Amino acid sequence: MTTSSSLSRRSVLAGAATSGSLLMAGSGAEAQPAKPAELKIGITTFLSGPASVFGVPAKQAAEMLTDQINAAGGIGGVPIRPIFVDEGPGTEHLVGEFRRLVQSEGVHVVFASISSGSCLACTPLSDELRKTTVLWDCGTQRIFEEGNHPFAFRTQGYGTPEVLAPLLYLLKHKPDFRSIAVINQDYAWGRDSWELWKAGMDAMKPGVRVVAELFPRFNSTDFSTEITRLLALRPDVILSTSWGGELVTLVRQASERRLMERSLMVLPVAEASMPSLGRNMPAGHIIGSRGDHWINHPRPRDKASLDRFTAAYQARFNQPSIYPCHHMAQALSALQAAYNKAIAAKGGGWPNDQELAAAFRGLTFDTPTATITIREDGQGLEDQIVGLSSFSSAYPYAVPEKMMLYPAAGISAPVGQKSVDWLKTLRAGMENTAGSAI
Amino acid sequence: MYGWFEENGLLLGLALLDGLAYAALVFMVAVGLNLVFGVLRVLNVAHGSLYAIGAYTAASLGLFLSARGLPEWASLAVLVVAAALVGGILGPLIERLLLRRIYAQEPVLQLLVTFALFMILEDAQKLIWGTQPVQNDAAMRLLGNFDVPFAGDFIPFTAYQLFVLPGVAVATLVGLAWFLRRTLTGRVIVAVTTDREAATAMGIDASRIYLLTFTFGAVLAALGGALSSPTASLVPGVGAQTIVLSFAVVATAGLGQIEGAALTALMIGLSRSIAVYFMPEAEVLTPYLIMVAVLLIRPQGLFGAAETRRV
Repeated sequence: MTTSSSLSRRSVLAGAATSGSLLMAGSGAEAQPAKPAELKIGITTFLSGPASVFGVPAKQAAEMLTDQINAAGGIGGVPIRPIFVDEGPGTEHLVGEFRRLVQSEGVHVVFASISSGSCLACTPLSDELRKTTVLWDCGTQRIFEEGNHPFAFRTQGYGTPEVLAPLLYLLKHKPDFRSIAVINQDYAWGRDSWELWKAGMDAMKPGVRVVAELFPRFNSTDFSTEITRLLALRPDVILSTSWGGELVTLVRQASERRLMERSLMVLPVAEASMPSLGRNMPAGHIIGSRGDHWINHPRPRDKASLDRFTAAYQARFNQPSIYPCHHMAQALSALQAAYNKAIAAKGGGWPNDQELAAAFRGLTFDTPTATITIREDGQGLEDQIVGLSSFSSAYPYAVPEKMMLYPAAGISAPVGQKSVDWLKTLRAGMENTAGSAI
Repeated sequence: MYGWFEENGLLLGLALLDGLAYAALVFMVAVGLNLVFGVLRVLNVAHGSLYAIGAYTAASLGLFLSARGLPEWASLAVLVVAAALVGGILGPLIERLLLRRIYAQEPVLQLLVTFALFMILEDAQKLIWGTQPVQNDAAMRLLGNFDVPFAGDFIPFTAYQLFVLPGVAVATLVGLAWFLRRTLTGRVIVAVTTDREAATAMGIDASRIYLLTFTFGAVLAALGGALSSPTASLVPGVGAQTIVLSFAVVATAGLGQIEGAALTALMIGLSRSIAVYFMPEAEVLTPYLIMVAVLLIRPQGLFGAAETRRV
């Protein structure tokens, strides 16, 4: 009877404690978690469809880096376990998977996503589920410009600097161009990147004639009609933010028909397609990499680290490590830095979701090429390197020469401003001050 | 109006050249699907996979053989060999092991089964060829460029695009028409397409005709893919976009209509390229606008015969 009474009192006390915790959670405080047996990371990436040209290499990079981190003792002494989810089936499927990862799998953090549409769908869920979400690859400027997301952080650059840097390079390299055509994929990135480019170009070099705006169907395999039209129009410059197999096809068809002898091409997302193009990529065209992680970066922050990463990836997967691999590495590096910061702030205790999110804000973390800072709005500041396609005996594919490094802070829209509005305020001469030869 | 033609006539000429090459590729894929649909009455979603595997095989076989000293001139022949291999092996396998079991089933089930096969073959492609672009443009480079005069200048076209693609499509059309109308096997296929019950009642071995037709359709799909491989980079998903366009052609042309498929492919190819020149924003829509317009006027398709309901 006494025992029974005692148990009953314990039950009441436990119930009160639980209710109190729940009430506290509702009012903003979080439960204090014990150190988990493993740190589960939900990673959304394209494992099917055309964008798997990015998604599968990124998954491979995650697997390789996870092995390395675990071999070195994990994060805060906890081994990490990635759980991959395919973005291929679409946004509705992904939203369900995000909930499953958080609510059923109990992941500690989510890495989302390659597609901008996926990120736009996932960030509201990070708010709702109060789960730290690392936007590891998507580029849309809308995420942090149209809303406040306390649990979402982007660990790389985004559309605005990735488009502005090649534009500034063009203005410096070929300042006398008078006409331009665009040929982009017909989806959000193709349209948005052209809007960003045009806003910046009209502000810094008004009067450039746009002779054609072509948006072929997404995942096209034939650009012969578009190429004929561009051959007839003879624009000074052709912009294409296309990527993957489509960019490879476009360049091969354009090169075969000598379009690239008549017009200078600007390809901001070229890096990932250079290994596939090999010697088919003509020299002398402007190429970008969605960051600064070119394999021939002349002055990386830690050359040994860059060489180690690229060599390990090449050895394990028999492929060069293209930019999504670097973006995945950045996300994992940021996660390590954030946990270390949060654990230190808690005097060695394991951080809850809110403490982890707090550690991400203002976080500075290292990459092999540079140091990235996450701004107060959650946006990462990643430098951009742009150059001209060239060949050397060191690589069987094109790498940049005459490189310019553009520090991220100067080519990103300031916190609180919308990119297109900010780009319209830019003035001629910025091409001489925003970057430096490297 | 005269002024418009004076101003844009040359551009229209260029658009026609582009449209012909595109129409040739569309025809090669759609005609196989149309033939299979006409005889087997199965809408084969996996037709897009046969196109993709034909393309991947042609590129890989070409790369493999050229690394072992295959002369450049043989790169065109490799495309045909690859298509024959893919269609000749996968066609009978799919028909015997899968389709044969569902001929009597509801169309919805048939669609689901071939869709499942499409998904399996998509994953098989990723397992075999990976996710990075695969390419081999030897056949395109072999023939070089052909310069078309334009307004005191010239526009380089690849000879492959200008001559090989339309040439193969015309040869396929003529060869198919001759085969279906002038040979006994061809006439039997036409008989099964027109009235399956009457044909089998007359003693025709429908099982053999199904196998033959499906294999033939598979070879044509693989040939379409193989012919596209010298100009395109192959990535996962290449089969999906092909099958959607092919369905539009089949619906517009009419059941089992070879000439209808050719005319529809030509309409789609030409209208698409004209749209790129004069109304680029409508490019994606043109095949489907044509389909809707034709089906509103002729629900049975351009060349299809209206079917009476059997009671």
